[in-house]
Order: sequence, then structure tokens, then C-alpha cells
Amino acid sequence: MGTLTQEKEYQEKLFNTTYDWTNQCVQCGYCLPSCPTYASMGKETASPRGRINLVKMAAEGKIDIAKDLAEPIDLCLGCRACEVACPVDVPYGHILEAAKEVIADTQRNKKQPAAMVKNLALRHLFPYPKRMKTIGSFVWMYQKTGMNKVAQKTNIIQKISEPLAQLEKIVPAVESPSERIKEGTVYPAKGETKTRVAFFSGCIMDAVMGRINRLTIELLTSVGCEVVIPKRQNCCGALHAHQGDTEKAKELAIANISAFLESGADYYINNAGGCGAALAEYDHLLRNETDWADSAKEFVQRSKDVSQILVQFGPLPFKKEWNGIITYQDSCHLRNVQKVQNEPRILLNSIPGASFIEMEGADTCCASGGIYNLLHFDESMKILDEKMEKADQTNAAAIITANPGCQMQMSLGIQRKGCSGEMKSMHIVEILAEVCGID
Amino acid sequence: MEQSVLAAIKSIIPEERIFLNLSDRYSYSFDASFGEYLPDIVIQPKNTEEISELVKLANIHSIPVYPRGASTSLSGGPLPVNGGMVLDMSRLKDKLIIDRENLLAIVSPGVITGDIHKQAEAVGLFYPPDPSSSHVSTIGGNLLENSSGPKGLKYGTTKEYVIGLEVVTPTGEIIRTGGKTVKNVTGYDLTRLIVGSEGTLGIITEAVLRLIPKPQERKTLLASFDSLVQSGHAITGILSAGILPSAMELMDNACIRAVENFSPSGLPLNAEAIIIVEVDGHPAAIAEEILKCEELCMKAGAASVRVAQNEDERLSIWKARKMVSPAITQMGPTKISEDATVPRSEIPKMMERLNEIRDKYRLNLVVFGHAGDGNLHPNIITDKRNKEEMKRVEDAVSEIFEAAVQLGGTLSGEHGIGMLKAPYMEMELGVDGLSMMKKIKEAWDPNGILNPGKIFPKAGQKKVVLT
Repeated sequence: MGTLTQEKEYQEKLFNTTYDWTNQCVQCGYCLPSCPTYASMGKETASPRGRINLVKMAAEGKIDIAKDLAEPIDLCLGCRACEVACPVDVPYGHILEAAKEVIADTQRNKKQPAAMVKNLALRHLFPYPKRMKTIGSFVWMYQKTGMNKVAQKTNIIQKISEPLAQLEKIVPAVESPSERIKEGTVYPAKGETKTRVAFFSGCIMDAVMGRINRLTIELLTSVGCEVVIPKRQNCCGALHAHQGDTEKAKELAIANISAFLESGADYYINNAGGCGAALAEYDHLLRNETDWADSAKEFVQRSKDVSQILVQFGPLPFKKEWNGIITYQDSCHLRNVQKVQNEPRILLNSIPGASFIEMEGADTCCASGGIYNLLHFDESMKILDEKMEKADQTNAAAIITANPGCQMQMSLGIQRKGCSGEMKSMHIVEILAEVCGID
Repeated sequence: MEQSVLAAIKSIIPEERIFLNLSDRYSYSFDASFGEYLPDIVIQPKNTEEISELVKLANIHSIPVYPRGASTSLSGGPLPVNGGMVLDMSRLKDKLIIDRENLLAIVSPGVITGDIHKQAEAVGLFYPPDPSSSHVSTIGGNLLENSSGPKGLKYGTTKEYVIGLEVVTPTGEIIRTGGKTVKNVTGYDLTRLIVGSEGTLGIITEAVLRLIPKPQERKTLLASFDSLVQSGHAITGILSAGILPSAMELMDNACIRAVENFSPSGLPLNAEAIIIVEVDGHPAAIAEEILKCEELCMKAGAASVRVAQNEDERLSIWKARKMVSPAITQMGPTKISEDATVPRSEIPKMMERLNEIRDKYRLNLVVFGHAGDGNLHPNIITDKRNKEEMKRVEDAVSEIFEAAVQLGGTLSGEHGIGMLKAPYMEMELGVDGLSMMKKIKEAWDPNGILNPGKIFPKAGQKKVVLT
């Protein structure tokens, strides 16, 4: 706990950044059915209405930010389904990030091991593409040399941390560093060039899911997009904003805006719902930075999810059939923030041979939540296991997602349910590439 | 809370369903109305026996007990105004049985009302009461508040659909009222006494609801009028022509402007009022009825009438109505939502009185509501941080109630009395009328532990206080 004046300062900051927003909430409760943590934890404290009220109470000084507010806020997945349900458009996402920023302030001086590791990764890892690539290379080596088999056999990671051990098993097979896409490259359209797009490779996508990035580019070129990979692009900053590090998030946003505006492309394409949502809110993030506000608006207008572009410039050149049932798990940030829900379904429905079956509750969060599943393993698994019951009812052979976090979480869910044999988790780009004969 | 009492509670309820920390208690301190009251303890009971034991314990130690559903109340029903114990009933939701042979639903109180709608409709049946929050609110809360929605006009209110209850009384006994038969004249009708008692006479732990066959189809029109009186004539014209619409909604000019400003829906900005009329039933019958409604609107002097030709058009008409709530909250952060109700012939007069009140107190007052049954929703949009304006709101609210009662109406059509309307009870019921109600309360709840601070005014309280 800080000193009294310090606490007053935090309270004032929270008041100034959130009070007008929290007062917009009329406490009607329409958000309750949309909230995955309200459903799993079963109390108002874990609901959007409850959290908004607590932020208001903390801003009024009725409860303590570190002692009373931090935990309920920390347990929010940030899926933002409540914003879609809200009849009065309360900007929950903004309230959440502003509250996280102040909570992070109160924790900054404390040396908690978990917070330190988190900060280390956020400040010194994700923003450095080269360091991320190095990690990717390590993972590739780890898998290629069979070290992963040894680790899994000896249960060594399990002994260190159960969540880490479970996640270790679902890290996708990483492609060799030589196959990675390179910044500055231009990939020409196949056939007529319909548009020029700039591709956002993303820090984690680039490091451990390079294959999906490569397939994305091939799909884009196959529908007539010329694809450029802007140099000096960086991590989108989503994880930083979600963990309360707004300043770093702004710095990364500015770097990306400069890099992409320079590319002269018509659209800026990403293939990760979480990153896409961060990109789509650069205008909000930079609303007070006079030098950047206009560029941020332009950047936001040009930012699109890959599924939107494939629908707009398609059809895709399908070459084979995909036999079996497929289902789709929405990426919350794609659906609730970018408001993209139809395009992935249109694409999946168009796959020859496959039958698309909607799973119940596809629009509710899978509880991957960025790194929520690492920080709140038990809470996350409770929601995930529920979801897998619903997925199982569709008899799908593949659960399709549009975000790496969701994809890994689905893999974990499938493994926990013990149906790795009959079901797999795929990024939408992977299945589309497969039926287009792209490998 | 005393340690010995807490220990006794823990002997009834496992600790994971008991909340004592500040963030949890603040999360149960509010509802969708006004004010914030911190309970001492929040408990999530899971069965009737637990509730019975808790209530008995509360009687011994004089702890106020506040049952709470989803806390969507617009009248302060679940607010723990005297602290004490909040019973979060939302966990009691294991039973939702549709009995097709007897046209009944048997439900636990924590079941979401919308889920009853869905389950009944899945087998061709229908539970008509439709509060606008029914996708969130619990059936227990709906029954205790006797809350309704647009369909009340044709199908009646919630109380018409409750035929049996299991109740924990204010002294902790478990009783059953009514049963599974539609006809039942055995003794006093305690079912109807409990329904609408706002949780002051008992805690419902199970309910038997009546279902009816689901109407086959529906048709909808939207008519705009240059004067409120004309819209009033259209409403009475339709009803006296032998047509009973399933909904008849009214929006005033302030609402229309707010909606158009918020999300343009093609509503006529200069219209004084618009009404939405929906009929349901056999396709052949309603095809004729909707034409008749159109004719009657034109005859009453409608500036325009639009009959929805397909489901999309029907939904777009309702979308304009649903936009009212979000649209008006753009005018200010605090919404005081009233539901004063008048005999439907007095609607034009009531609208006039509301206009006068708006001008007199210089407030953002908009009116919409269920015109067919005289249940209007005058909403005052304000900012509770503005003390001076809140004083004017208090006066305006008092005058709204006076107007309703003078026109032969009532303080509340569907939200309940709760706290804010309690000071006006005597005005409507008279000293003796209110006293009879109080005697019932005292006979049932001698220690005054169940939802105290609601319905009955405090001594000498004559006016709502919001500041």
C-alpha cells in the first residue's frame, strides 16, 4: 500500500479517466448474460455491471484500488461481449484499460515475481521483433531436436508450473527460421492486381506461427492482392494496453502507423483478431496526441482482417474438397471490437465438401484472453471445458478460429477433453489454404 | 456482523457461497434504480431449506433480509436499505419443467424469464408476460414485483399466470399456496397476495406458471400523428372496434427526436406522437385486423401509417422502439424511470399534464410506454451530480404521481413501489387502505426482517428525496 497522498493521486487519476464513462452505465444488467466470467463465477463482482460499479466506487474513494478493485478487474477476460450487449453504449473496454493502468501504477513499486516476469516480457521482449524471432528459433530448435519429447516424458515443466506445462504441449509446430517472411518484401498478385495491401505480421504470429503468416500472404495473392511487408513494423501493443502499460502501447502504435502509412497500400491486413482489435482502436489510443490523431484515423480505416479482404476480392481458387464437419469459434476481439462475424462464416461455408455447423455459444469467449489462461489458469479452464462440451456436440473434425490465442486455447481444450484423435484446432487461414492446395 | 452469527450462518451455508469482502458487498449494493446501500453479508442459497434456516436465524438476531434476483428492478426492490443480508437467488435455478399436458411450467426462482419463453415456445406454448428485461431478469423477481411488459394489454399481467407457489415465510416456515389447477377457491388466495408483494411477505422458492398456446403469427404497423389527442383517438378507436392488439406502444416527440438523433430510423421528426400496433393470432384473422387498424388510424387523423410487409420491416419498426432507452440516456447519465398508469381514456390528458410538468420544471422529460393499457413511462433524464436540478426532479416526480392519481390512475403499473414511490402510498390508498396493508405485513412479518424499508413510507415521509 502506498502513502496516503499517493493513494489520493491514484484515486484522482482513476476519477479523471473513468468517471464520466462509468456514470453512463444505467445498471440495467443487460450485459450479464453476455459475460463469460459472470457465468462461470456466478457473482455480480465478476460481471461487467459489477466491475463498472467497482471502478466508480474506487474513483469515489469508497473502496481501495489495490486491495478491492485490482482482483475483480484482473479476473476480467477483456472479451468485450458486454459492449455489444449494452443498450447505452458504455465504453467498457476503455474503462477496463484505464482502470488497469491505475492498478498497474499502484503495483509498479512492488516487486512481485509474477508482475516482474510479465513486465520483462512486455517491455523487453514483444516490442523487439529480433528478440521474438530468436525465441521462435529456439522453439523450432526445441521441437526439432526432440527436446520437447524429453521434457514431456520427464514432466519437468509440469514440476515447475502446471499451466506452463499444459501450454507447452499446444505450441504449434514452428517452421524453420529460413521459411519466415521477410520485411520489405513485395509479393506480387497472382493474375490481375486488384489492390495493394500491407501485411501486419504481429510479434507472436511472426515468431511461432510463421506458417500461418506465409499462408495468409499466399491466399491474399491468390485473390489478386499485391502484398507488401512494411519494414519497421512492430508488436501491436495490445498486451501492453491490456496490462495497463498505455505509454508503451502508444509508442508501438506510432511506430506501426508510420511504417504502414509509408507503404502506400490500400488496406492493412492482419490475421489475428486480438492484434486487429488493437490496431482498430489506435484512434482512441492516440486521441490526445495531436500530431498523430489524424494518421491514426486513416490507419484504422485501412485496417482489415484477412477474412474481410478474402470475401471482398474472392472467390478463392479452391482446388480440393475438405470432407467432414467444421465449426467456428469467434475471436472476441474480431467479433466484439472489429465487428467482424459474417466474413469468416461466409468463407467456411464456401469450402467444398465441408459442412459447417454453428456451435452453441460460438460468440462467447474461450477464456484464452491474451495471457489470461496463464495468469488465471483455473478460472480459464473452467470456461474452456464448458466450451468444449458445446464444441463436442457439433461432432466437428475441426474447430476453426481467427486468432492465435484462441487457436492454442482450442488445442488445449481438445487435449483436455481427450479427443485429439478426432478433432483438431485450425486457424481459418490454414483450412482455406489446404483446400486451395497451398501448403 | 457478530462472529457468533457468522458462525451460525456458516453452519447453514458453505463458505464459498458467503461473501463478506468489500468489493463483493458493493457489487450487491445497487439495482437499476437509484441509490446504493451496502449490505453486511451476501449469501447465495441453493435450496429452500437453506433459505428457511437463514430466515429463522435472521428473526432471532433481527437481521434484515433482502432477496435479490438479477437486480434489474427500477423501483429499488432488492436494495438492502437497512444493510443486513442479501440473498442472491440467482443460483436457485435448477428447475424449469414444461408440463405440456397441463399447460404448465414449474420453475425455480433463479431461472431467467427469457429461458421460460424459449422452452415454452419450443413446444408451441407461450408464457406471455414480457418485461423488457426478461432476457436478464429472474422469474422470482418478476413474480414478486408483478412486472409486465407490452403484452399485458391483451394477455394480462404476470399475476394472471401464477397458480401455485412454494414460499419461505418471513418467519422461516415453508408453505405452498395454490397448486397445479387453474381453478382453485380453497381459502384465501395467498398466491395473489405474494405475487407483487415486492419480497416483503415471503421468498418464492418455486412457482407453477400457466402457459397458453402460442399465437401463430403477428402483424405490425407504425402510425404518426400531428397531435397527441389524435393518437389517443386512434388507440381508443381500435380498442372499441373489438380488436385487442398484443401490443400498443406510444412515443412522444421528445422520444422520436432522441431516437432519430441517436440512430436514424426514418421516424417523422415533426410528429407529436407515433404509435406502434401489433396484432397476433390466426393469419387470416390478423390480416383483416391490421387493415382495420390502419383504417382506424387514418380515420383518427394519422399523418402516415406504415404496415410492415415482411419480418424485416416488422423488426425495423420495433428497433425504433427499442432504441428509445439508449437514445434518451445520451441526454444525461441519470435516468429516473416512472410507470404511472392511467385509465386509457385519460392518456391524452395525462400527456398534457406531463408536458406542463416538463415545461414548469425545465427538465428533459420524455414519454413512451404501453398506451393500450394506460401504462406510460415518463422518463426524466438528468445528472444526479447536479443537486439543484435534482431538487426540481423531486418536485416533478411528485407532480407526476399526483396527476396519475387525480386522473383515476395509479403510482405504478409494473415497476413496483419500492422506495421512491413509498411516500405517495397514502395519497392513492388513503390512511385506512394503507393501514390494512400494513396490518397484513405486520401479521406475516412480526419482526420486520423481510425487505424492510420498502412499500411503506417512513413516519411523516410525504415526498421523494433524491439528493
